[in-house]
Amino acid sequence: MPLRLLKNAFSDAPDPRFFNTPRGLRDSYDVVIIGGGGHGLACAYYLARDHGITNVAVLEQGYIGGGNTGRNTTIVRSNYLTPEGVKFYDESVRLFQDLAEDFDLNIFYSERGHFTLAHTDAAMRTMRWRAEVNKHFGIDSEVVDRDTIAEAVPMMDLDCGGEHPVLGALYHAPGAVVRHDAVAWGYGRGADKRGVEIHQKTRVTGIRVVQGKVTGVETDRGVIKTGKVISMVAGSTPRVTKMAGITTPIVIHPLQACVTEPMKPWLDTIIVSGSLHVYVSQSSRGELVMGAALDPAILHSTRSTLDFVEGLADQMLDLFPFLGNSKVMRQWAGMADMTPDFAPIMGRTAVDGFYIDAGWGTWGFKATPVSGKTMAWTVANDKDHALIEPFSLARFDRFELVGERGAASVGH
Amino acid sequence: MKLIHCPKVGTRPASEFVYGGLWRPMPDPDSTTDMEWSHYVFHRDGAPGVQREWWCHAPTGMWFVAERDTMKDEFLRTMTVAEAMKDLAHG
Repeated sequence: MPLRLLKNAFSDAPDPRFFNTPRGLRDSYDVVIIGGGGHGLACAYYLARDHGITNVAVLEQGYIGGGNTGRNTTIVRSNYLTPEGVKFYDESVRLFQDLAEDFDLNIFYSERGHFTLAHTDAAMRTMRWRAEVNKHFGIDSEVVDRDTIAEAVPMMDLDCGGEHPVLGALYHAPGAVVRHDAVAWGYGRGADKRGVEIHQKTRVTGIRVVQGKVTGVETDRGVIKTGKVISMVAGSTPRVTKMAGITTPIVIHPLQACVTEPMKPWLDTIIVSGSLHVYVSQSSRGELVMGAALDPAILHSTRSTLDFVEGLADQMLDLFPFLGNSKVMRQWAGMADMTPDFAPIMGRTAVDGFYIDAGWGTWGFKATPVSGKTMAWTVANDKDHALIEPFSLARFDRFELVGERGAASVGH
Repeated sequence: MKLIHCPKVGTRPASEFVYGGLWRPMPDPDSTTDMEWSHYVFHRDGAPGVQREWWCHAPTGMWFVAERDTMKDEFLRTMTVAEAMKDLAHG
């Protein structure tokens, strides 16, 4: 990296662009991926790298990583509650740790440690439960007391103004933050190098299904023949599944987040409170990146509201009263695919050749590498990968829900 | 401030209201298959559009039905549960 910097300093030629812009759509592809976010690009990357399938088009209606990949709060962790969830997210954290080397790109992976605060006895019980499940699967996760939290985060008011004192926390040392754009670009560049075509500003308008089998995709730039389509769109899943003629339990709720003005470093861990519905970390630029719970009602819009900032600030000040004078710089919203059990929906569907990677609600970014990898395997072998079997769409027909709400319900 | 009209209580700030999920007819549990029942319990249309929903005015506990555009977040119409039931009966 430093050598490249030096070389460019003495050269007039600009650095090569990250991606080629393919001229037009071809008549047919082996696989079409709808959605050029982290998941879609990761899937394209692993299809090309691990399975040798390079005749692939990624269709993105906007620009790469412009959806929820660029709207999340960049937290990566694996301290979930169910064995299915823990195994899946643990694999994702492991993949994340090697990504920078895979890509030859700095993704600013920064291990911070992750505290999930408990303010009630009931929450402490869930923390102990999560810690035991986590440890059983070899994940670094433990319940800690107030003193440990006070030592790690001296600025926190552990009594929260006396209203809901912190009793303890679940501490997950591998909890990390990652630069989310770099993850999307890294996967995109890796896929592009191996021959995958990434078509931005290409909107899918229909999916052709003949006798229960996918035959093609209609876009605003023409029709493509293909036998395999993967829907990897966060927040637009119901629109895409409607095109394929299937229904899912997914409904869309907005999830909002915001950042403060930059300040001196004072918070080097990630703090989450399920009871207060807040989570916060400090970025390398010094901004506090903060988020809260979902908006309560279904909405297909990325508008943000004053209600959200007011509610969030109220709770944040209980934890960190000294932030009273800091200013909020930006706020935004993403559309989250919500499922009844707070677990994703992945794998094959009733339509032959139509695969789904959806229901990523508020926990999609941390699953980017493992989703791409397992979905690529699933599409290449036309068989659900073992890690995603519990997340199939058919689980709802069998009443076999995954029950991840206790560990996933605060959006982070 | 955003306002919502409750057919019984009148027009009040949105912060007083709680969203209660989709308003939809329940199939007869005795005559449906497991598959139909699971679809009723879990599956949703999910696509943007105008839908009927349960809303509750929290301070008074008054439940009513609203027609809302989920693309624009606009309330088109609100009605009492009795009115919504009548609509349902007329198909």
